[in-house]
Amino acid sequence: MTAALLVPLQAGLLDTLLAPMYGILEFWYWLLTQLYYLTGLELISPQYKFMHRAILVGLCIGVMAPLIGTFLVHRQLALIGDALAHTAFAGVAVGLFLNGVLSLGVSPYLTAVVVAVIAALLIELISEATDAYNDVSMAIVLSTGFALGTVLISLNAGGLAVGINQYLFGNLSTVSAENAAILLVLFAIIVGTIALTRNQLLYVTFDETAAAVSGLSVTWYNRVMVMLTALVVVGAMQIMGVILVAAMLVVPVAGAAQVSRSFSESLLVSVVLAELAVLLGIGLSYYGEATAGGVIVLVAVGIYVVSVAIGKVQARVREDTAPELGSIDAGDAGDA
Amino acid sequence: MSTMTASDRGSEGRTASQSDEAVVELSNVEFGYTASPVVEDISLRIDPGEYVAVVGPNGSGKSTLMKLMLGLLRPDEGTATLFGEPSHVFDDGARIGYVAQHASASKEMPITVREVVRMGRFPHVGFGRLSAEDDRIVDDALETVGMTAFANRRVTKLSGGQRQRAFIARALASEADLLVLDEPTVGVDAESVDAFYDLLESLNESGITILLIEHDLSAVTEHADRVVCLNREIYFDGPTEEFVESDALARAFGTAATFLGGN
Repeated sequence: MTAALLVPLQAGLLDTLLAPMYGILEFWYWLLTQLYYLTGLELISPQYKFMHRAILVGLCIGVMAPLIGTFLVHRQLALIGDALAHTAFAGVAVGLFLNGVLSLGVSPYLTAVVVAVIAALLIELISEATDAYNDVSMAIVLSTGFALGTVLISLNAGGLAVGINQYLFGNLSTVSAENAAILLVLFAIIVGTIALTRNQLLYVTFDETAAAVSGLSVTWYNRVMVMLTALVVVGAMQIMGVILVAAMLVVPVAGAAQVSRSFSESLLVSVVLAELAVLLGIGLSYYGEATAGGVIVLVAVGIYVVSVAIGKVQARVREDTAPELGSIDAGDAGDA
Repeated sequence: MSTMTASDRGSEGRTASQSDEAVVELSNVEFGYTASPVVEDISLRIDPGEYVAVVGPNGSGKSTLMKLMLGLLRPDEGTATLFGEPSHVFDDGARIGYVAQHASASKEMPITVREVVRMGRFPHVGFGRLSAEDDRIVDDALETVGMTAFANRRVTKLSGGQRQRAFIARALASEADLLVLDEPTVGVDAESVDAFYDLLESLNESGITILLIEHDLSAVTEHADRVVCLNREIYFDGPTEEFVESDALARAFGTAATFLGGN
């Protein structure tokens, strides 16, 4: 039954959707190749197309993860990314299992998208029914996902356990053209949705009751939010791996919150910090021959520590200047 | 140019008061979070242009009643309507301004006073962007509550009173027909409280309906035209002068309450 569902998914529709993305990918190869001739950086040598793809995927992650993460962190939902990443792992296992048993040849990232979105909706429905997001339900979903993943993989004739590391820890060299194209589609969906609903998501995040009074369907925006989170998590998993993917949702955002005054500023700063972590991390891991996901997270945490220090200094400087509080002007509102 | 907003608002208010549509109407409403009702047998109607205060002791169901009126909760029995529509389906947020008891906002979130006040314009623009006109209205609202100098400050770094002013400015910026305030002056310094009630009065004079949930009885008796005294059910509903003379307060609060003590 699932097979019947997945076959059309991998054929026609998907190819049409991905076709323009391959065009973008070709352009990206060309761009980085030009950059290579200019700079001579070995990292982006045209011999290593996989590095070109990895950098593109990394740059996309650096934009979409903190964008979503900003809304999650300020609702105390930092852990939801972790929970969804572990269910996405179950999705990967489902994909590998189907490929192993039925030889479907579907990308495990696609099954991961499906499973993670379903899990996201489940978490949201549980929280609607119980009126609160709680760590207990989050912990249950997290461990269920991971347990399901490990069981499916061990069932899988023992043959596929080899390929699992790339999903757990991420890998720069296994980002295929197809996976990069899938990520570009996810990127477009996520950035497009946030651009459209930025005001609404901000209102719901900042003040849920007032947002509800002002006519926004808080329930629907929450559902949109968790589904986007699921997409980000799966997209970022290729490089970051299941275990570390949530860090990109949280760490740059936490750093940006230390140094920003306004919300717009914090969105921008979190993206800049994330990109910095991604590019430095990919560079360091390439030359140091270490796992990219881990290096990126360590760099991000380093940047976070620096932001905390800068934030403290800023607070000192700003404390000196307290503006004058004006009076409430009843006349102005009434007779004007 | 700056005179436009308020006079527009005033004429809208007057147009609304000419029609017969009630702003809020509850009939035989009962609601409980568990089996035992928090409010029961509530029937009341608020007409355009009224200044109504809901008073009652702690735990008397004041906030629950407000949530029922606004459609944040659905009554177990009876009906609640807002501008003639069932409250829970009403979604023209541009007609309601809301100031909560405590800022429910995240403690850590980086956001400026201006960004908070801009939220008042969100219901007017939908998925679009705020226009220069919207920003002018935001500036006026900031000016009215005396927070212009704080416009680019982080909300989380303000005192309780300053923060509350920002939320009042947000409600002003929404240019609503109905202003709902749930104990809005908690944490606000005494001088500003007086100025704040003067502001409410002048807004009411310009045609805006005001619904005030209040614990501070002296404030209510000085400013509101009509008092609803609540303790699970309605003990009194009528003009403020009659409320002061009636024994409703003693019955609803027990014996200790006076009009002078604040609560």
